[in-house]
Amino acid sequence: MSSHNASHKNQPIERRQFDTLIIGAGGGGLRASLQLAEADLSVAVVSKVFPTRSHTVAAQGGMNAALANVLPDNWHWHMFDTVKGSDYLGDQDAIEYMCRAAPKAVYELEHFGVPFSRLDNGKIYQRAFGGQSQDFGGDQAARTCAAADRTGHAILHSLYQQNIRAKTHFFDEYFAVDLLKDDEGHVLGAVIFNIHDGQIVVIEAKTTLLATGGAGQLYKTTTNALINTGDGLGMAMRAGIPLQDMEFFQFHPTGIAGRGMLITEGARGEGGYLVNGDGERLMERYAPKSKDLASRDVVSRAIAVEVREGRGCGPNKDHVMLKLDHLGEEVIQKRLPGIRQTCITFLGIDPAEAPIPVYPTAHYTMGGIPTNRYGQVVVPVKDTPEEPVQGLYAAGECACVSVHGANRLGGNSLLDILVFGRAAANHIIDYLKENKYHRVIDEKIINKVVENVKRYDLNGKQSNNPSAVPIEKVATLRKELKQVMEDHCSVFRNEEILKEGVEKVEQLVQRMKNVKIDDQSFTFNTAKVEAFELENLMACALATMHCAYARKESRGAHSRTDFTERDDKSWMRHSLYSYENGLDYKPVRTKPMSVESFPPKPRVY
Amino acid sequence: MRFNIYRYNPEIDTEPHVQQFNLDNIEPGTMLLAALLRIKDEQDETLSFRRSCGEGVCGSDGMNINGTNGLACITSLDDLKQPIEIKPLPGLPVIRDLIIDMDQFYKQYRAVKPYLIVNDPMPEVELLQTPEQRENLDGLYECVLCGCCSTACPSFWWNPEKFLGPAALLQASRFIEDSRDQAFEQRLQDLEGPFKLFRCHTIMNCVNVCPKGLNPTKAIGRIKSKMVSRSL
Repeated sequence: MSSHNASHKNQPIERRQFDTLIIGAGGGGLRASLQLAEADLSVAVVSKVFPTRSHTVAAQGGMNAALANVLPDNWHWHMFDTVKGSDYLGDQDAIEYMCRAAPKAVYELEHFGVPFSRLDNGKIYQRAFGGQSQDFGGDQAARTCAAADRTGHAILHSLYQQNIRAKTHFFDEYFAVDLLKDDEGHVLGAVIFNIHDGQIVVIEAKTTLLATGGAGQLYKTTTNALINTGDGLGMAMRAGIPLQDMEFFQFHPTGIAGRGMLITEGARGEGGYLVNGDGERLMERYAPKSKDLASRDVVSRAIAVEVREGRGCGPNKDHVMLKLDHLGEEVIQKRLPGIRQTCITFLGIDPAEAPIPVYPTAHYTMGGIPTNRYGQVVVPVKDTPEEPVQGLYAAGECACVSVHGANRLGGNSLLDILVFGRAAANHIIDYLKENKYHRVIDEKIINKVVENVKRYDLNGKQSNNPSAVPIEKVATLRKELKQVMEDHCSVFRNEEILKEGVEKVEQLVQRMKNVKIDDQSFTFNTAKVEAFELENLMACALATMHCAYARKESRGAHSRTDFTERDDKSWMRHSLYSYENGLDYKPVRTKPMSVESFPPKPRVY
Repeated sequence: MRFNIYRYNPEIDTEPHVQQFNLDNIEPGTMLLAALLRIKDEQDETLSFRRSCGEGVCGSDGMNINGTNGLACITSLDDLKQPIEIKPLPGLPVIRDLIIDMDQFYKQYRAVKPYLIVNDPMPEVELLQTPEQRENLDGLYECVLCGCCSTACPSFWWNPEKFLGPAALLQASRFIEDSRDQAFEQRLQDLEGPFKLFRCHTIMNCVNVCPKGLNPTKAIGRIKSKMVSRSL
């Protein structure tokens, strides 16, 4: 062991140069890399897992685009629904851009080979999803393009396959720790390490795109994969970039109760509905018109209220039931085969025969790294609320454009990653025409980051502990953090719960500094990866709790029992939180690109 | 509940060994992955394995469980005989503990050109495909690249460089069967020769282990019959 470590330490650190570095190989990263590789730029995609393991693979129900294959539709109605769904916190220029670009994004995917389900006329199948309407709030629309209930899998695999064709350069199973940023604020790449052998690599890049996904691992019960630890968000925070709107965390109405596996909204889109302990179809009371296809925040609150008021199902009355059996086995097998299998595997229940126990479950990070609609990361500088950070981009769930505002509509996340992955790549292509050469990096900046990357190496071996602080374990802190977030920042919030939550998270952040790991190996050291991941989660938790505590209104996914109304006068603005400046705010971009603005209205479904 | 887990760290061990772990208070219906995560969190943080989605979609946690390849996250402990013997997937080099080097597996996947090839100019809208044509892809496109099938295949063990293996051949079939693809002839031609496809001796281990219930042997048969009808 010693010989291996000794040689390891003495090796010079590998340096690589690329036009663009993309961190994350989900749908956003892979859509961007494809665009860039086809533009003949040198692209490195760094991913801590093999690309098809990225969490895009788990998206089920589909992707919204006004193709009008099933019912009349147009992008402007889609835009209205998205603005309303966002509870008027979404930026309307970005929303217009996304909804206009949606049909093209779907056709491109189809041309890449995505095996979409089909209609009898050969066109792409579209299903109804929550929060969708025709004609600005009229009848239900059918806007979600689906490949059965495996749409994310179909899209991610097709995008990876196209990248194989385009010969994109992949760094599979490398972990990106921190960004390189110079004194003038330009981002110049990142320092990563090879998980296989622990070797550190400095990637110098003229542009860097963060596409690292969300932070669903903040919560104890979550639909998210274990890799969803908000890595890009943590990296951004440490680089002095604020996180935006982190208090808006989506709870999906139908996670399997107590377990967390996702049951797609498509189950309700195909005609499924929720029933409470009295056998009543509960959504009729909460959303008389849209019923089970109201927005996710509305449905999640309804379920939580039913359970709180004693109308839950099961021996502990702690969940409600999602009924699908009336759809018949044929429809379920054809349209929802994946969730059928999940129910059989994890519950021993076939939804073609019996209802599924469900409860709102942590699902999606609406907040993230602030960007404009070109994917450029933007920060407040003096009087300018959105000044681009040179060389840095973000796209997908880790970014906050913000097209989702306070509540994301189902089917808009796959759309978001594809539209803004592509938009960021296009802006990068233009940027590189003007910025042809790598900026010189001060070696001191590199050395500082590299030392930071080494901070867990051999740290469990430092037995003499002069300050006598207790040694903390990653697993213990992570468990506590997830419990704190579950207890203090869930579907319903209030002053007291949030205040306590802020204090508890602050304490956990302090304790994180004393973490030591036992695993001293350089070979596939997953304990070290988990330590870095937990640091990133801590950054996300801190921003989330502070923003939630400060926002004294109810909007979208942020529901306060002590401030039950939306307050547009004081709070129609984006939250920002950074280590340096704490809380800050900036206005919502209410002006669309070409159409009239949608002014805030009461939100009724 | 008792677990015998294969351990190997090339920095410390000259050869692999088996380590025993015990876990109490396991609820019925618990999946193997949950048990492994508990062992790592509570007993030995050096235990190394890949994992991500926890619901059988990402394909990360393929391993050999009581002699059969499978995904830990969708393998219920209720159905396993104790002590539960856990090893890395067989036939590929071990990096550490339950983590194998899948480079050869991915190389064979890339070798079949696993992407849609259309030579005609693309329309402004979608390429049309009937529901029946689309149904041809069911059972082919759902593969999660976990590697359970190829690493259970004796033909792949003996010739991992020359025989493409069930996973890659399933992908080949996925594009051969796609009504939109225009490289049909080339794809069949590329699979000719004694090894790439024809080393499949229909042992059917792949079918028995596939955690997604897919049937690579059948897909290989479909390719073979297309080759035959083409040569006639």
